[in-house]
Amino acid sequence: MNSLIMRTAARILEPLLLLFAIVVLLRGHNQPGGGFAGGLMAAAAFGLHAITFSVDSARRLLWLDPHRLIGAGLLLAAGSGLLSLFRGLPFMTGQWTRLPLLGVGPLELGSAQLFDVGVFCVVMGVTSLIIWSLAEE
Amino acid sequence: MLAAAVFAGFALAIVAPWIHRVARNASGWILAIFPLALTFYFAGFIGPVVSGRVFSFAYPWTPSLGISLSFYLDGLSLLFALLISGIGALVLVYAGSYQKGHPHLGRLQAYLLMFAASMLGLVLADNVITLFVFWELTSVSSYLLIGFDHERESARRSALQALLVTALGGLALLAGLLLLGQAGGSLELSELLHQRAVIQAHPLYGPILLLILAGAFTKSAQVPFHFWLPAAMEAPTAVSAYLHSATMVKAGVYLLARLLPVLGGTEAWIYTVTIFGTATMLVGAFLAFRQTDLKLILAYSTVSALGTLVLLLGLGTALAVQAAIVYLLAHALYKAALFLVAGAVDHETGTRDVRHLGGLRHCMPVTAAAAALAAVSMAGLPPLLGFIGKETFFEAVLETRSAAGMALTVAAVLSAMLYFAIAITTGLRPFVGTKTETPRKPHEAPLGLWLGPWVLAGLALFLGLAPALTAEPLVSSTVAGILGEPPEVSLALFHGWSPVLLLSGVTIAGGLGLYAGRNALLRKFSVFSPLSRWGASRWYEGSLQGLNALARLQTRVLQSGYLRFYLLTVIATTVGLTGYTLLSRVGISIPEGGLSIPLYQLSLVLLILLATIAAVRSRSRLGAVASLGVVGYSIALIFVLFGAPDLAMAQFLVESLTVILLVLILYHLPRFAVFSRPRDRVRDAIVSLLAGGLMTGLVLAAASTHAFPSISSFYGDHSATAAHGRNIVNVILVDFRALDTLGEITVLAVAGIGVYSLLKLRLGKGDSR
Repeated sequence: MNSLIMRTAARILEPLLLLFAIVVLLRGHNQPGGGFAGGLMAAAAFGLHAITFSVDSARRLLWLDPHRLIGAGLLLAAGSGLLSLFRGLPFMTGQWTRLPLLGVGPLELGSAQLFDVGVFCVVMGVTSLIIWSLAEE
Repeated sequence: MLAAAVFAGFALAIVAPWIHRVARNASGWILAIFPLALTFYFAGFIGPVVSGRVFSFAYPWTPSLGISLSFYLDGLSLLFALLISGIGALVLVYAGSYQKGHPHLGRLQAYLLMFAASMLGLVLADNVITLFVFWELTSVSSYLLIGFDHERESARRSALQALLVTALGGLALLAGLLLLGQAGGSLELSELLHQRAVIQAHPLYGPILLLILAGAFTKSAQVPFHFWLPAAMEAPTAVSAYLHSATMVKAGVYLLARLLPVLGGTEAWIYTVTIFGTATMLVGAFLAFRQTDLKLILAYSTVSALGTLVLLLGLGTALAVQAAIVYLLAHALYKAALFLVAGAVDHETGTRDVRHLGGLRHCMPVTAAAAALAAVSMAGLPPLLGFIGKETFFEAVLETRSAAGMALTVAAVLSAMLYFAIAITTGLRPFVGTKTETPRKPHEAPLGLWLGPWVLAGLALFLGLAPALTAEPLVSSTVAGILGEPPEVSLALFHGWSPVLLLSGVTIAGGLGLYAGRNALLRKFSVFSPLSRWGASRWYEGSLQGLNALARLQTRVLQSGYLRFYLLTVIATTVGLTGYTLLSRVGISIPEGGLSIPLYQLSLVLLILLATIAAVRSRSRLGAVASLGVVGYSIALIFVLFGAPDLAMAQFLVESLTVILLVLILYHLPRFAVFSRPRDRVRDAIVSLLAGGLMTGLVLAAASTHAFPSISSFYGDHSATAAHGRNIVNVILVDFRALDTLGEITVLAVAGIGVYSLLKLRLGKGDSR
């Protein structure tokens, strides 16, 4: 699609959308958001790019094949559940650790967040895959 | 150690192809070291087992269900374990030589090892579930073995046939074993063996017997399931020797022998098992007599021998069990030898048709000598083990002094005569007489091909010459393993002047007569050949076709290929089932205090309704999409109003992406057209209204009934403390119910890949719909 309005808008919107997607993903544990919403948002950013410029351009931008993104996401989500096995706890028991960060205060990191990142990858991969395939037709 | 002996086989099977790749032609010899070592390992148990000890090993598998990975070694298991590992070693050497240079030899060796390991597990298993697992593993590995030449259609078909028949029996067996466990109060065979009285008095005894017999009869190729065994001759010769002499087909016999003390001795057992065994013995022997292909003759005679074993176990007396064991040992030795000889002959001459074979003793003297020895054992002549086997068989049958016993004796002698004739045909005829022209110029077979027959035939001779020293302890401990009490076993070549000796004489005379008059006899019997059209394999074909037809029919009915039809089916089914449950269990009720709906909510609902009607009535796709968008965004607004920002956010995103997707699709679609007739639309409207009504009823019921305490307070209390998060919705998704989410994203991934492959699928002109 060759439209100056779209191109200009996309250039500004895409980084914003991506940034927002990551914010939504990360804050999801405490405030509205999470991997599903974040993944959809990121897919929307890349979908916008694919429609405005070209699917090939979006592919280069994402740099990772959506198929691999899906696989990586599934592995990450399932793998995050395996962590608890090392402590002799059942599959998918939440594991948390506290990182002291100077100036910001302690940061809590846990397997559930890793799981959410996996959800993010799968949702983003599947949605991008479908949008791009349709746009290519 | 017992478990390690079993599982090491599987481990070796995994690496076998690599060993073959490195060791090339020597791989057969190298891999055979393992079963040979196992043979020595098990031989070490002979002493203790003969003196009455049993060995067991148990590992709790699913203790809550009484399932354990437990093994148990007594005389019966030991005999089978020795046969499996001993013949396994010979067969591996043989296969390496027979299939020399075959690109997939490594794979064949892997299958053989896997089969041997499964079979070992089967005969050593104590827990019935363990036994069943290994039982099925033997079915699977024999499927792979029979279908080894998978590029030939007949091999694939035979493999599938064997799998279907034995797996169907396996299902029956599983049911039977579970019922047996329920009746006997334990899943361990070693404990069930002491529950004879309880189990036989149990009301489920009949079904148990029937189901277990179905499993054993299919596996051991009893009439009417015998057809899969000759068809399985599609496999390479080493495989047929292994499958049909020592192992797979004897799994059923093993099971019958194992359960004889629990299930046997009743009239139902004696009559059913004996009658099936006798029928199989006669049918198999006669069918073998008719064949001219060496492998097929041997296959049918194996069917017959299995019938004999089943018959003897059916009688179930101490003498009959003893006869069964001697016969089993003798049969395993000579039949494996003859199969291997048949393969060597085929390998050297290029044909297996006995009518085209003759005079091979000049060019293959070593093979010929082994074949002759094995044939003498099969014919039941002294001084080989086969003679003792046949004599004890006659003794056991004569012992039943009744009219039925007389009939059994006649059947036994008749089958022995046929055996005599068959033995001459397979073991002597190709080697004597004048030399004939064959497709290939025969040479003596290499060491790898004659070693197996020689060891086996030599063993049959050795055991036959000195039975009291060699076979007797093993046989008596096996019989003790079956019957649970030490029996009196005395094996000898000469039993004195008795009716049995007379019967042997009759057998030899009759056998010679049958061999001489074979052609004339077969001509006489050819009037029965139309009967073969009604044979069991026809039934198999028929039921397979019926199954396929049924599958096609239900596919045609349910899988129309039209999305609207699928939607209709899914929604109508949901409405029917859920609606029925709702009305019959809960009923529709208005929550207490009535419904008070603020005006702004009502207007939102009205907006949704109007947009829905607009979407249905719209004559343009874009209009319909826009109306659906209104519906979606309004629903998101409702989520916002009710304090569910997560849901609203997801809904907004999904709506936006849906619009993008639809726009991309609309571009490709043909012009809008009306396909449905007014009648269809009325039907669709009714279904839609019912679906809406159901949802309304469900929501009302959910709001007014409190059958269970609400779980939301639990999540509220534990979200921050247990899961370190304050957004309950997300914590539920990624922590409390993360397993559900994992399942959902897996489905999502599969669906995404499905959509992708459908989009990328380029149907040719011909198959595009």
